Parts: sequence; C-alpha cells; structure tokens
Amino acid sequence: MKKMLMATAATALIAGAASAEDIKLGIILGFTGPIESLTPSMADGAELAMKEVSDSGKLLGGSTVMPVRADSTCVDAAAASAAAERLITSDGVKGIMGADCSGVTGAILNNVALANGVVMISPSATSPGLSHMNNEDNGLFFRTAPSDARQGVVMTEVLMEEGIKEVAVTYTNNDYGKGLADAFQAAFEAAGGTVTINAAHEDGKADYSAEVGALASAGGDRLVVAGYVDQGGSGIVRAAIDSGAFDTFHFPDGMIGAKLEENFGDEIEGSTGQHPGTDSAGAAKFEELVAGAFDATSPFTPESYDAAALMMLAMQAAGSSDPADYKGKVMDVANAPGEQIFPGELAKALEIIAGGGEIDYVGATAVELIGAGESAGNYRQIVIDGGAITTAKYR
Amino acid sequence: MDFLNAIVALSNFVIIPAIAYGSQLALGALGVTLIYGILRFSNFAHGDTMAFGAMLAVLITWWFQSMGMSFGVLPTALLALPFAILGTMALMLITDRVVYRFYREQKAKPVILVIVSMGVMFIMNGLVRFIIGPNDQKFADGERFIISVREFKAMTGLKEGLAIKTTQGITVVVAIICVVLLFWFLNRTRTGKSMRAYSDNEDLALLSGINPERVVMYTWLIVAALATTAGVLYGLDKSFKPFVYFQLLLPIFASAIVGGLGSPLGAIAGGFVIAFSEVTITYAWKKVLKYLMPENLEPSSLVQLLSTDYKFAVSFVILIVVLLFKPTGLFKGKSV
Repeated sequence: MKKMLMATAATALIAGAASAEDIKLGIILGFTGPIESLTPSMADGAELAMKEVSDSGKLLGGSTVMPVRADSTCVDAAAASAAAERLITSDGVKGIMGADCSGVTGAILNNVALANGVVMISPSATSPGLSHMNNEDNGLFFRTAPSDARQGVVMTEVLMEEGIKEVAVTYTNNDYGKGLADAFQAAFEAAGGTVTINAAHEDGKADYSAEVGALASAGGDRLVVAGYVDQGGSGIVRAAIDSGAFDTFHFPDGMIGAKLEENFGDEIEGSTGQHPGTDSAGAAKFEELVAGAFDATSPFTPESYDAAALMMLAMQAAGSSDPADYKGKVMDVANAPGEQIFPGELAKALEIIAGGGEIDYVGATAVELIGAGESAGNYRQIVIDGGAITTAKYR
Repeated sequence: MDFLNAIVALSNFVIIPAIAYGSQLALGALGVTLIYGILRFSNFAHGDTMAFGAMLAVLITWWFQSMGMSFGVLPTALLALPFAILGTMALMLITDRVVYRFYREQKAKPVILVIVSMGVMFIMNGLVRFIIGPNDQKFADGERFIISVREFKAMTGLKEGLAIKTTQGITVVVAIICVVLLFWFLNRTRTGKSMRAYSDNEDLALLSGINPERVVMYTWLIVAALATTAGVLYGLDKSFKPFVYFQLLLPIFASAIVGGLGSPLGAIAGGFVIAFSEVTITYAWKKVLKYLMPENLEPSSLVQLLSTDYKFAVSFVILIVVLLFKPTGLFKGKSV
C-alpha cells in the first residue's frame, strides 16, 4: 500500500512537472458482468488509438498517453462510480473512454464525472435517456454510438419511404426494447403515421399465439418486431406467419442476423429492417490496422477506437489536456469542415491540427456527432429478397 | 358474411390455439392428478419429466432423420414417441426405486414427498440441460399445415384466414386417444381397478390383497407415458426448450386443482378451463367485434381485458378463486 501511494505520488509529481506530459486516460468498461465477452476487444481498440498517438510523439509537443483500465461491471452503479472515482482522484485521468452500458454510464456521469469536470466519451451507451439536450452534462459527455432514439427516426424514414402509414409494434420487455419501441412510436406518429398497438413480449416463451392475437386484432400494414432473433422475436414472427396475422415485418438491429434467414427464409419476403452499419472505408482500414491482434469487428470495438482518438485529437486542438479546455473541441474535430481522417492516420491529424489546420475525424465508424454530442449513426437498410438479407442502401 | 368473418377470426386466434393448448395441459394435468390420487403427493418434478421425455423424443427424432427415416406428412417425432416413452418409464422406475420408495417405506408425510419431488425436479432439470443444453431445439418436420391461411382464403373468399397446423391436429387426436386408453384401462382392466381401489381407500385395498408396489409401478409407467406424450406434443406445436416445461408447471397444477385433484375427468376439464381463460382474457376482441357490431358502435380501443404479459396471472387467479370457494375442484376431487 505504502509503495503504491509513493508510486502514485511520484507519477503525479512527474505529470505535474513536465510540459510534455504523461497523460492518463481512463478506460472504464464492464470487464466482468453481462457484456464481459465484448469488453476486452473494446479496451484493446481504445488502447490501440492511444498507442498510435503516443508512438507518433506529436501530441502536445511529445506527450504520451497511458491507458488505465477500470471495471464498470455494466450493471452495478455503485461499483462503477467507485471505480471511476478511483480513476480520477488517485490515477488522475484526464478523460474517460466509457462507460459501456447505459445505466452505469449515467451513474458515473452524474456522480463522478460532473463533480470532477472530466470528459467522458462512451462507445456503446445507446439509451435515449443519456441525450443531454439542455447541457445538464456541462458539455462533458459524448458518445460514438448512436442513441436508440436515432434508430427510431431512421426506422420511421425507411417505413415512410415504403409508403407504410400504419404499423403494429411489439418489443422485448427490457430497457432496449421498450426504449426503442417508444422512440419509434414518437418518431412515427410525429411523421404522420399510426401505431395501432405497442405491446411487450417476454423472451424465452414457447408460445406467442396470445401476443400475436392481440397484435392481429389491432392490425396494421406491417409488424415492427423490436426483439431478439434468437429469443422471443422469432417466436412472434413464427406465430404471426402461421396465423396469417402479418405477411411482412420490419426488423430493428436485434432481429437482424443469420438466424433470421435460417428461421424464415422466403416466408418473410419483402420485409425490411435496419441495423447500425457503414460502407465507409474506415471500417476496412481499422481492420487492416488491427491486423488480427484482436477482433476488430466485435461490436463497439471500432467505436472504442474512435472514442479514444476523438479525446486525444480534441486535446491537441485545445492545446491542453485539461478537460475544461478540450471538452469544447470534441465536436470540432469530429465534424466537417477539414481533412478527413481515417484509422491509422492519427499522426497526420495531430500534425494538421498543430499546423493550425482543420480535421474532420471519420474514423472506423464514420463518426458524425450531432445534438448534444452523440453519433448520428450509420445504418444499413436491408430488405429480405429471395429469402436472403440484402442491402437496400446505407443511410 | 361479417358474421362468418367474425367466427373465422375467433377460431383462428382463440378457439383453435386454446383447444390445442388445453389438450396439452389436460395430458399434463392427468399425470399430476394420477400421482396425487394414488401416491398422495403433488409431484413438482412433472414439468421436468415432460422435458426429459420430450428431450428423448428430440434425440431419437434426430437419429431417425439422420438415417433418412420420415413419417410422410406427419412429424417423425411421432415415430420416436414410443421409444421416448420407454426411456422415460425407465427413468421414472429408477427414480422411484432410488428416491421415493425410501420415503414410502418410512410412511413420510405428503409434504415431505412434495419437497423430495422438488429435489428430483432440480436434478432432472439439470440432467436435461446437461444432455441437450438450455436452448431452443427444432425437431418438427413433415407437412406444417392442414389448412393454411392462404388456402383457406382462396377456398372460401372470406376476408379472414384460418390456419390449422398439423401439430394442432395431431395434438387433439393424440390427446383423445390417450384419454380413451387411460379411461378404458382404469375402468375395465384388473390393474386399473386395483389402482382406483388403492386410490379410494388404501387400507381396504391392502386388505383385499392388492400389491401396493405393483400399483405404484403401474402408476409411474402411465405417468411417464402421459408426461412424454404431453411434452412431445407441446414441443412439436410450440418449440422445445427445457425452461418452458418448468414454467408449464403452474398452469398444469392449476388445471389439476381446478378440475379436482385425483379426478382424471376433472384434469381434462381443468386443462380446457385454464387454456380458454388464458387465451380469451388476454385476447384483444377488437377484430371480432368490428365484424359483429353495427358500424357506429365499433370499438376504437383494443377491447383487451388484460395485457398478454399477465397470461400466467390468469391461472394464478383461477387457482386462488377455486381454492377459496370450491377447494375440491369442479369434479369433487380431494381437497388440497
């Protein structure tokens, strides 16, 4: 304990003394808990960006960036807040890449980050509740993942373009399903459509005929299934097809997967859907950069790289690693105008900024921050054609 | 025409699913009620016995399919059913020998046997998950529909469609065959009569020379057959997933108790009462009423008494009401 105290004191001294600093960035993700299988490659993605910047030696006159990991647990708000508190007060991080799940992200932001004035960029929190439209976050919170509310809007656009004005909605009974269904209903009704019913279904049941009975009674041109393809979502679709309640469906991200083709094939011909995805060159470049060191296509891993990169580029643009200074620059480096920056080009970006130029960080996920600093998100619109999921377009 | 459309919509979404579900519940409840009547305890392991039987049927079906065997338009699982029943019978006899006999010899109180059956339940639960895993398994094959929605619409020209799945048809037919066989066995054969005698009055039955171990053995064999059949039919009609059978325990017990524990006729009636209440109370009646009501009276809301989330609550409520006002159930079974 004594040694550790001395070590931290020593690093604090060094950090304070040098002008080319040793900047610490926190990576707070659920290394234990429900998404523990995703977080290792997410952290690797963020650390890859930090290493790239450190190796370039171009950040703030040769500063290096050191990652410090902490466990958010994904579900335990108290443990996550304590971990974040440690990162800020004892490790002295200048920014936090995280957290991952929406619940703990909100807890850390409100309990720790706001009080200490530290910037957070989350790669994966998608709850609409985290959109701070009235500056409740003091401009400290950003995310490289789109809010679920955004998917509701995209979904509305897709259906409206198909000429569908009346739908029934069923959602899996959890935060994801309910948030998405409510966001969609609000967007769809604002666009002049009608949602005949917005009903929950429980996952893990064998029989969904009662649920489908209610949905069929309410009616609609298409059934929106905001569920999971390997859970109740497929059960609902199966029961709806069997009873002839609906012929075509609309699927948000949780329903789109190989299982969907396998389960239904051409029985759902003409159904539509969308899920986060991009045809931007960034994703391929990111994969090339990772070169098999970890799984570059694992969910939210490219977003993690982008979150860390944005933080460091904003520091460069502000000329300071102080969160109060660089928080205002995050949006600037993320959006146009300026030269487009792809993964692996962080050194070039630092140089442009140092030379007084402007950059437009595209990164691995075609980052475009909107609203209060969240990703606009890129979606792949799909249609079931000949029993296979085919890309209609990207939007 | 509107009237016909209303009838068809009602059949498609309420009557046909409820009849199939009711038959599955009735078969399950028959097993529970037999054990209660003869062995005198509530067997909580029944749901997982169904899961075990269905699992065997799934495995044997896969084996048959891999050898290229099929049953034409009918699901291969029906061919596998007799073998699965034999396997489940073996498991039941082993469980009885290893676990229940010990407590029977001690003349343990029913409440202890209930707890013991919970232990058995957890072990079977684990066994099934260990062998086949906790996930959904598909094993249905053959023709999917007797009448599909499209065919029905083309045939009748009605606006509403009607679908009858092959599995729904099979469920009802097999359930009727099982019930007829069971009643014939209980009422006409010597062994069946001795089982009823044992159930009615144990001491008198023993005095008249009935061998209790034989009665117990036959009970387990019949229960294994009923449970496996119910499990396979449910799995065919819906999908096979171990956890689902555990959840079925509540409606099955509700059926048995509503009908009157220990009364086979009651178990069947109870199964249909529970199935129809679950489906009709959570059904949104808008579609049917729209056809029946004059235009200006058409409902604008869904006319749904309870959201489908509360499906299981329906069996709970019926269970409580019956226990409060008619503890012996509809058919005068034993009070609980």
